[in-house]
Formats: sequence, C-alpha cells, structure tokens
Amino acid sequence: MSTPMVLAEGVHKRFGRNEVLKGIDLEVAPGEVMCLLGPSGSGKSTFLRCINHLEKINQGRLSVDGELVGYRQEGERLHELPESEVARKRAEIGMVFQHFNLFGHMTALENTTCAPVLVKGMGREQARAKAAELLGRVGLGDKLEAYPAQLSGGQKQRVAIARALAMEPKLMLFDEPTSALDPELVGDVLDAMKQLARDGMTMVVVTHEMGFAREVADSVVFMDGGLVVECGPPEQVITDPQHERTRAFLSKVL
Amino acid sequence: MSSPEATDAQGRPGEIRAVPVRHPGRWIAAAIVVVLAAAGIRSVVTDSHYEWSVVGHYLFDEPVLEGLRVTLELTVIAMAIGVALGIVLAVMRLSPNPLVSGSSWLYIWFFRGTPVLVQLIFWYNISALYPKIGLGIPFGPSFIHPNANELIKPFTAAILGLGLNEGAYMAEIVRAGIISVDEGQGDAARALGMTRLQTMRRVVLPQAMRVIIPPTGNETISMLKTTSLVSVIAVGDLLYAVGTIYSVNFKVIPLLIVASAWYLTCTSILYVGQYYLERYYGRGHSRAENARLWERMRTLASPHGAAR
Repeated sequence: MSTPMVLAEGVHKRFGRNEVLKGIDLEVAPGEVMCLLGPSGSGKSTFLRCINHLEKINQGRLSVDGELVGYRQEGERLHELPESEVARKRAEIGMVFQHFNLFGHMTALENTTCAPVLVKGMGREQARAKAAELLGRVGLGDKLEAYPAQLSGGQKQRVAIARALAMEPKLMLFDEPTSALDPELVGDVLDAMKQLARDGMTMVVVTHEMGFAREVADSVVFMDGGLVVECGPPEQVITDPQHERTRAFLSKVL
Repeated sequence: MSSPEATDAQGRPGEIRAVPVRHPGRWIAAAIVVVLAAAGIRSVVTDSHYEWSVVGHYLFDEPVLEGLRVTLELTVIAMAIGVALGIVLAVMRLSPNPLVSGSSWLYIWFFRGTPVLVQLIFWYNISALYPKIGLGIPFGPSFIHPNANELIKPFTAAILGLGLNEGAYMAEIVRAGIISVDEGQGDAARALGMTRLQTMRRVVLPQAMRVIIPPTGNETISMLKTTSLVSVIAVGDLLYAVGTIYSVNFKVIPLLIVASAWYLTCTSILYVGQYYLERYYGRGHSRAENARLWERMRTLASPHGAAR
C-alpha cells in the first residue's frame, strides 16, 4: 500500500485552555477526495490549518506524504523545523480559504504568478503563461488584469483556486470555499473543484455542500466537538448515518 | 399641482423638478465671510507695514534660497531616517520576542515623550556627555575614535534629532498600517510557501501603505515646518537665514512673510505628491479603479454625475 497523503494519529490542538481537537485519527490516500462535515466549532477548519502547519498541534502525530508536519524526528525527540523548511513544505500544499484572501493590491494574474516567482524561482514569463492558462481553465481568461475588488465572490474564489494550483501542489485544502458566496455563484466554484477532483488531485474539503460531498467525495468524515464521530464513503455517512449526532446534524442541513 | 412635465410620454410620473428649500442662514454666513475677507485683503494690500517691496526683494535672495535648500535637505534626510527606522521599529514591536518588542516600545516611549527641541539641543551638546566616540568591539578595544565635537556637527545633530524623533512617530503609523491588513492575507501568503519576511515585504506592507501614506504625508509636512527648530542650534535653515537678515535690517515682518511663502509653496507641492502616492497605493482598492483625475471631474461636472 502506498504512503497516505495525510496521516493523523491522535491529533490534539489547544488554544489556551480550550481544546479544539481532542484526538483526530484520519487517513487520506493519494488521489482521494475527503469531505469534512460537522457543525461550526467542531474543529474542521482548525484541523485543516494544522495540515499545513498554520496551526501547531499540541499532541499526536500529523504527516503529509510520509513526512511529519513542522517537525523532524531524530530517535525519540522531535525537533522543530526552521521557518524556511516549513515554508518549503507549505509550498507543496495548496489552500483555499472561506474569505478568498486574495492579495488586494495585485491583479488576478499577479496573484497567481506571485508565489511561483517568489517561492519557486520560476521565470516571470513562464509563470505568466501558466497563470493565464490556469485562470482560463477556471473561466476567468478575460479577467487577468482585474483587481480582486472588481471581481464577484465566485470569481475571487476561482482566482484563489488558480493561485493555489499555480504552485503545482500535491494536496489541496479547501476551507469552506463556498460558504461566503451568493447561492447562484456557488456552482461555478464547485465545478472548478469537481474538475480538479476528476484530474486526480488529492483534496481535503471542509464544506456544507452535501450535494458536492455526495457526488465527488471518496470519503466523508463527520466531526463534532473536536472528534471524528463517523467516517466512510458518502453513501454510507450521508445516506445511512450510524450515529445519532450525525443523523441530527444531517436532518438540519439536508 | 401638476405641471406639463410632471408626467412622461406614457403618462407615468416624470423627472422631478422641485422648488429647492431656501437656506437664509447660509446666505447671512456667506455675507459675513465676504465682508471679513474684503477687510483682510484690504489691510494686507494697503497697510505699509507689510512692505511688499521688501518681500519681493528678498524672496529670491541668495542666502534665503540657501536656507531653503538646507530646510529641504533636512526634511528629506530626516524623513528618510524616520521612515526606515519606523518600519524597523514597527516590525520589532510586533515581534513575539518580548526583549525585541520591549526595546522598540522603550525607544518609542522615550523619543515620543521628550520634546524634539530638547532632543536637538541634546545632540548638539553630545560631546559634553561622550567627548570621544569609539568604533570597535563592545567592552573591548576600539579602533577609530574621532572627537565627538568634530563628528557631530550642527547639521549632523539636527539630522539625528529630527530623524530619531520622527522614527518613533513613524513606528506607530507603520504599526497601525500593518495591523490594519487582514490576518487572512498573511495566512494566504504563508500557505503559498512564503517566509515571514517575504509575506511582510510583498503582501502585508504594500497593503499597509494605503493606511500609512496619509499620516506620513502629514508627518512630512509637519517635518518641513519642524526643521525650523534647528535654527536654535545654529543650522542655517530657511528661518535661520531670514533671521540673520532681519537681525541686521529689522524688517522682521516682511522677512517672516518671505519664509512663510516658501514654507507654503513647499507644503503645497507635498500635497500634490501625496495625492499621487495615495492613488498608487490605493490601487485595487476601489471599483472605480481606472478613473483618472480629469475623468472624475468631468463626471462631477455633468448633471447626471452630480446627482449620483
């Protein structure tokens, strides 16, 4: 069996005295699309942010593609990785945020070329060509020179997806990518994500879009109170949930 | 009451042409302002104490222009030191290391808490405190040790006093700019693999500039005028130059008008510069991105634009 893309073993995360993750065990295989469901405050977004070390975990082990996140193990001891190492590993993981977080002072094209040039040292021309191609693929070929403030929410989120893809990540993290969008703009973003899933990208998606989870996900994880309540293929977790808590949640969102 | 244009061709309610509300208070206020302004202008033009001919004679006088040059030089150098120092201090202040952020706090506390005039005189007299300044290993031997009196000339003292003081104020302005940028920007930059330094330089600071520029323009204008304090430590700035002249010919008022005219000219130029800087760093912020100045004025001039 191949190395899991994401492997979490007993992951705990505390903010002060508030324990947000209370022992998460998860495994995401290469090419798998996993959807994280659950009520707000259940720790889904925090877990996602732990995967690329935007948050440090307090206990347990978390590794991406066989390498520990944020640490290096020598014998029994863990050593914190220097910032440059952490940055290098983050560059291999794309992330899309609920509030887009596009760089407001850069055009769509500059947003997409910025990191490849700065972080990967890609040539400016090559980065531009690649960015234009990616933006075209998400249906924004005519918006290259637009600033984020001139784009709709759905367009912004598609730029954000293109920006993440420009780094050629081996794993994509989506943190409620459609929650801040008008209902009629959600479809375009979901389409871009479906296309990505079809192309074989490994994806971990925090979402409330049950239709997307059912259609695209290989596995669905239901979280509550910082723990994984139930996980399995979508037809099982969404259609025939085993736990009372899952049933109660699904009855409200479906 | 219905006039012919109250309904359009289809008989539906037409464009509104209402009788405007009268504002008699505004008319009275305007009349008072006009009378006061006329009296003021009359006094300025006809009163012989202004001695406009003397003003004209000294406006482009060689020593005055030399003083103006020193004033501008001081402003530019002191602001450059202030901005550079301010950025460093602001980043230090936001550091997680308490020693680093604490020392920045202490610096700001000290330099903001004492008058800049006192600081200027302090630097001017630094040789009384440190007669010799050595460059070498701390607590070890020093290699070169110039005389403080020779190293800290009045001009150097002026630059140190103004620049180090300005750094403290700029630090707070830059810090306000940095924390005004949404945290998500930093998250996104780091998620893309940028280091803290790259995130700060490429993502956070350029966006903080939009908040930093207006108060910095204010500081620059303030600095231009604050440089006049250096005349106290015998630096030949604009005020010192006119002071030297009127101490001989006693034409105090006309020469102060000369100085004021130059100060006003320079601050006016700074206003224009600030407008363009603000526009540059405001890019991407408004939807009316590409409206140039003249396009905006045309919109305002047209009746439909004015109604908006």
